[in-house]
Amino acid sequence: MPEGGHAARLAAEIGTLRQDSYVEGPIKALAIATMFWGIVGFLVGVVVASQLAFPLLNLDLEWTTFGRLRPVHTSAVIFAFGGNALLCTSLYVVQRTCRARLFGGDEMGWFLFAGYQFFIVMAALGYVLGVTQGKEYAEPEWYVDLWLTVVWVTYLVAFGGTIIKREEPHIYVANWFFLAFILTVAMLHIGNNISLPLSLGHVKSYVAASGVQDAMIQWWYGHNAVGFFLTAGFLGIMYYFIPKQAERPVYSYRLSIVHFWSLIFLYIWAGPHHLHYTALPDWAQTLGMVFSIMLWMPSWGGMINGLMTLSGAWDKLRTDPGLRFSVAAVGFYAMATFEGPVMSIKAVNSLSHYTDWTIGHVHSGALGWNGFITFGALYWLVPRLWGKTELYSKKLADWHFWIATLGIVLYITAMWVSGIMQGLMWRSYDELGFLQYSFVETVAAMHPYYVIRMLGGVLYLTGAILMAYNLWRTVRDEPAKQPAVTAALPAAAE
Amino acid sequence: MDLVSLYPLLKTLWVVWFFLLFAFILFWVMRPGTRRTYEAVATIPLRDEAPRPRQPHRSV
Repeated sequence: MPEGGHAARLAAEIGTLRQDSYVEGPIKALAIATMFWGIVGFLVGVVVASQLAFPLLNLDLEWTTFGRLRPVHTSAVIFAFGGNALLCTSLYVVQRTCRARLFGGDEMGWFLFAGYQFFIVMAALGYVLGVTQGKEYAEPEWYVDLWLTVVWVTYLVAFGGTIIKREEPHIYVANWFFLAFILTVAMLHIGNNISLPLSLGHVKSYVAASGVQDAMIQWWYGHNAVGFFLTAGFLGIMYYFIPKQAERPVYSYRLSIVHFWSLIFLYIWAGPHHLHYTALPDWAQTLGMVFSIMLWMPSWGGMINGLMTLSGAWDKLRTDPGLRFSVAAVGFYAMATFEGPVMSIKAVNSLSHYTDWTIGHVHSGALGWNGFITFGALYWLVPRLWGKTELYSKKLADWHFWIATLGIVLYITAMWVSGIMQGLMWRSYDELGFLQYSFVETVAAMHPYYVIRMLGGVLYLTGAILMAYNLWRTVRDEPAKQPAVTAALPAAAE
Repeated sequence: MDLVSLYPLLKTLWVVWFFLLFAFILFWVMRPGTRRTYEAVATIPLRDEAPRPRQPHRSV
């Protein structure tokens, strides 16, 4: 071993931070997987959007019909892209904010990486081949569910174990959000997937609950997948990466704690708003609506906390494309969490439910909030993980930002128009009381907006490809520095 | 007195208990005299990179 290397290692160990001992290999792999699945998920999204505009693209093959590809798209973007982003960032953040090496070390990290990718591939294969539970966002059949449970409990052990052996006395707020996400998703996944297979060798299973109970359990799961997977988990990303990018602490730490507990207390009750005007008892629908409206407060409190972290550092938005993504993400979070409670109001829901308005709402959250906060974190994280000082090209990242933003705007506005039009057409009737439009007339009327939505998706996908190229060049281009030496230099000077 | 007759009471108590718990969390977070503590823990993510000359040292 070269002399400098040993001295550097020693100096780093004497220093309080020991950053060379953190687990990084699996985190790099998870970052690559995030980009890969992101592009796959967006691409399948463009395909299914095109199928809606041009049904010919279903190709008359059972494996490529909209019905089978749609869960491939939703699972790829939520669980593959989002899930890998959450695994990647949470394992990175928990080690650093706890000043502790990942519990279980490299082997743990690699098991989580490989185990999770295996889950994704198994689930996607099932969808294409027609193996599905038919539960939205919980389509994988029982054998895939069991495997995910194993991986997820291991994740909880790794994350919790790292927190338990922390050297930093306080558990930073981002870890609270990540831990709530991991725990609650474990509970939701198990609760919603209690089912019996026909036989051990058979892929088909039936859930234990039936009727409206099953529907309620499904949307207790479904909405809290939004609340804890897509919100709490990604808020963990916000509470670490925005302070890092802005180089200043979060605006109000007190507010972040209140944000956490109010979100946790309220979100779990909001599920019934997916079942307005169904067989679900009226009181349960109203309960879901009331709790959804109350969610305005923690959502906007958290949004204010994220944005105000930039006070005094707003100029960084001009120079740091990663930060621009993160801040725009918080803006989209504010917009989506304003729209959501509005749509949960029964009177509004009677117009919006089952229309494209819902799809537009989901995408302002998914593309704007989840996508952008992940892009922001990746632009910050990838150069650091690979020991680089700069992005390959800030200009490309700028292009990514504006192309993707334009894509989202096209997507959301097209779905607003299409959805509200669809809802109004369904409910209009003539002077004799007959429905004025047949279903297929609404489908024909929506065609132009479907094309616009498809274009929005193409723009968003293009931006993501630019990012992948940019980050690949960032990693590949300049020769890698020796991180241990740079870490040791200031310490040695002390 | 069986569980069924206790149910309405327990249901109400559960709401009250959650309300009190949340009110206590609010009080605990906002209680006076903790500004310094919260300002210090807010810097946790900013203290995890390579040590700089004016790096504040941990107390443990």
